[in-house]
Amino acid sequence: MNIDSIKNGIVIDHIQAKKGMEIYELLNLNELDCSVAIITNAKSKKMGRKDIIKIDKDFEVNIDMIGFIDPNITINIVKDDKIVDKFHAKLPEKIVNIAKCQNPRCITSEERELDQVFILTDKEKQTYRCKYCEMSLK
Amino acid sequence: MKHLIDIKNLTVEEINELIEVANDIIQNKEKYSHKCDGKKLATLFFEPSTRTRLSFEAAMMELGGNVIGFSSADTSSASKGETVSDTIRVIGCYADIIAMRHPKEGAPLVASLKSTVPVINAGDGGHNHPTQTLTDLLTIQREKGRLENLTIGLCGDLKFGRTVHSLITAMSRYKNIEFILISPNELKIPEYIKRDILEKNNIKWTETNDIEEYMDKLDILYMTRVQKERFFNEEDYIRLKDYYILNKEKLEKAKKDLCIMHPLPRVNEISVDVDDDPRAAYFRQVENGKYIRMALILKLLGIK
Repeated sequence: MNIDSIKNGIVIDHIQAKKGMEIYELLNLNELDCSVAIITNAKSKKMGRKDIIKIDKDFEVNIDMIGFIDPNITINIVKDDKIVDKFHAKLPEKIVNIAKCQNPRCITSEERELDQVFILTDKEKQTYRCKYCEMSLK
Repeated sequence: MKHLIDIKNLTVEEINELIEVANDIIQNKEKYSHKCDGKKLATLFFEPSTRTRLSFEAAMMELGGNVIGFSSADTSSASKGETVSDTIRVIGCYADIIAMRHPKEGAPLVASLKSTVPVINAGDGGHNHPTQTLTDLLTIQREKGRLENLTIGLCGDLKFGRTVHSLITAMSRYKNIEFILISPNELKIPEYIKRDILEKNNIKWTETNDIEEYMDKLDILYMTRVQKERFFNEEDYIRLKDYYILNKEKLEKAKKDLCIMHPLPRVNEISVDVDDDPRAAYFRQVENGKYIRMALILKLLGIK
């Protein structure tokens, strides 16, 4: 299967197989006015199977969001057909308005215009807790 | 500006300093009786609590200050749909310091982020109640003369009991503390408290559902009420509410200098026949609450 290479844009690589669509939706990539390719179940030496997203436009990608979903994802920045920057997403120390606190007793369930903030409290176990009620994110 | 939202906001040194000031207030009440002349405390109680509110109000009055506020959400602008952020900005124009209780967890933190005056968390749902913890620490220090080298039995609702969680957090920072965790299986201490606090701080702990099993080892026995408001299911509450009832018989094997504590109000978990036992410290604990709140108000207002 052939997918055109991109001239200027972003390649989100090493996505866990079948997670590509989730990232596409969370990053609101459907709102972009450029070509976006989602390749699912591509062969990978490292992972066996993986998903890849290619975005044919240079735009500011939400790295915190990607790191939160899967810190093993690689982000490649392409300029003039060449990869000019390559980095791993990592678990962000804090995520804002990416997830919603599920605790019905939390102030976030009542207070208008309050950001949903989660803090990374345990890197090893990848535990995030609500900034306000400290309930862990499931 | 300094607020008190969570007991973890205070260092051990700051806690010790508050205890020292509280002890000085107890010894020299007159010296402190005009320290807050002209200052106003706002008690914003979005859910009812008689003892905590009155304790704060008595504390401010004994410092010579005045008190304004409300004692339920029905009598505040919250009933008109006002946010906590807006309420706190308005109250900051009237008061020098705020004590706030709210049924929603994290509400006092939201308030502190917007407030122009110090905010004290006077209880947010099942989450934090740091002035209760300070009260407990002052009581332990006054009753036992130390905050180190103690075996502490915590009994009752260890799952939802915020006072227990905060006390474990606070006491885990002192040397040679051991916990005996006494609860029915359904109300055991949450795993994250074991993992994040007890294991992380290498604290020795034992779980049991028998209140008498380790009675002879305890320096402190901290009883708690099974709180109806924390249950979604009334059947579970009814089944568990009288699981432990401390009475004279159960205290037979206890140390002569055991200190029995309870955050109050109690229902049935301590029989009234224990009240006359000199080891029953729970009413002295209430009084300590006023003194530690006086010390806290002075600290947050920057008054020496």
